[in-house]
Amino acid sequence: MNKEGSSSREIVIPGDLLDSGKLKAGAGTYTQDGKVYAAQLGILSIKSNFVNVIPLGGRYIPAPGDSVIGKVIDIGPSNWLIDINSPYPAPLHVNEVPWRVDFGDTARFMNVGDTLLAKVLIVDETKRVQVTMKEQGLRKLQGGQVMEISYSKVPRVIGKGGSMVQMIKNMTNTRIFVGQNGRIWLDGEIENIVFAIRAIKMIEENAHTSRLTERVKDYLESVAKPAQAETSG
Amino acid sequence: MGGNSNVKLIDDNGIRIDGRRVDELRNLKIEAGVLKRADGSAYVELGKNKVLAAVYGPRECHPRHMQNPAKAIIQCKYNMIAFSVGDRKRPGPDRRSVEISKIISEAFEYVVFTENYPRTSIDIYIEVLQANAGTRCAGLTAASVALADAGIPMKDLVPSVAVGKVNDQVVLDLQKEEDNFGQADVPMAMIPRTGEVLLLQMDGHLTRVQFDRAMELAVPALHQIYAAQKDALARRYAVEQSDEPEDPATSEPQEG
Repeated sequence: MNKEGSSSREIVIPGDLLDSGKLKAGAGTYTQDGKVYAAQLGILSIKSNFVNVIPLGGRYIPAPGDSVIGKVIDIGPSNWLIDINSPYPAPLHVNEVPWRVDFGDTARFMNVGDTLLAKVLIVDETKRVQVTMKEQGLRKLQGGQVMEISYSKVPRVIGKGGSMVQMIKNMTNTRIFVGQNGRIWLDGEIENIVFAIRAIKMIEENAHTSRLTERVKDYLESVAKPAQAETSG
Repeated sequence: MGGNSNVKLIDDNGIRIDGRRVDELRNLKIEAGVLKRADGSAYVELGKNKVLAAVYGPRECHPRHMQNPAKAIIQCKYNMIAFSVGDRKRPGPDRRSVEISKIISEAFEYVVFTENYPRTSIDIYIEVLQANAGTRCAGLTAASVALADAGIPMKDLVPSVAVGKVNDQVVLDLQKEEDNFGQADVPMAMIPRTGEVLLLQMDGHLTRVQFDRAMELAVPALHQIYAAQKDALARRYAVEQSDEPEDPATSEPQEG
């Protein structure tokens, strides 16, 4: 069971014995009688003495510092309530927005249904969440569209060092922002957005296969090149 | 539990009316991830039982007063569809289904790491499409696979099986006639690895000796069901897993 090194592709199921004492319990695992067991359905990964299970599914649970795409679901006199695609709604206080908002004047800035880029500020032990917009690049999103994917596939969509999303951006000539919570905002020419969405759906469905970058590239080359030629010609 | 034991359900060779031996399980088929819109789902066939389980969550708990600030609550709804039994079952919750829902959610409260998701609820829906005795066990088996499929952290999968007494003999996995005309029905659920019992009910009477025999029959059967559950989950990702050698981690190697 104990595969050394950082790479193995083993699917583990809750209750599987992962290690009997040498390694430390990481994410998605639990210990019982000094042994490490899997707590979640996922892929086994051993990194620097830690056994982890990379989940294959599940809900997004906010962590401080995550960039997320939120939707306003309610407004109060001094705050907005943001849905961040997790079990916990996140209040956004007027002190945490880049504008000066008078008490009771919140609706002038953002209303129910608006989409925004935000960052998770704090998550306490009872999972009370607060988000902020007071940072560079965080803003209300205007235009474009939002798609949702499973949050566990987000790292795959981003790719190593952002390579995957960068490639999609370049080849489809769209603006894309990927939130940690599984929401993706895309803006650009409508047909290019469609290609980008298809590419992202492809990544989501094939997240566990290899040579994904090449396949996505092949797909985008097959569709995006003629599209670009059309627009330029 | 008619207690009407003059019906001969086991012949002189120890073969039951459906051809099984006393320690034999009915045919078992488990499939994970059968529903697209649910967070996790599973379908179980145990003999003529057909059970579908869906899991949603963890999600925001409504009504608010049911939230627990320390952990998630598990809400289970066991339902028998009108056409699941011979005489049409009147739809809607009844005494029996409320009881089964309660015991199943309590069984899972012990295995799921509910403290990871305070103030939320994890909802399990079990629909019995066709019933032939032992549906609560089939339902629990299915729900356990559905929970794992939903990516919910839990100690282990929970297999469940019923043992019963028929013609004064202890038999495994009662089917309908044996349940109706037998003398006892003992559904149970257990974590096979540790032997922790999560559900144990007894309808009818067993002597101490008979009960020990019942446990003796149940444990290997539970291991067998457990293996089938694991296999179902592994199969779900087997296709996607088949052609890849490299890094498991979250990202793709840099392309050139």
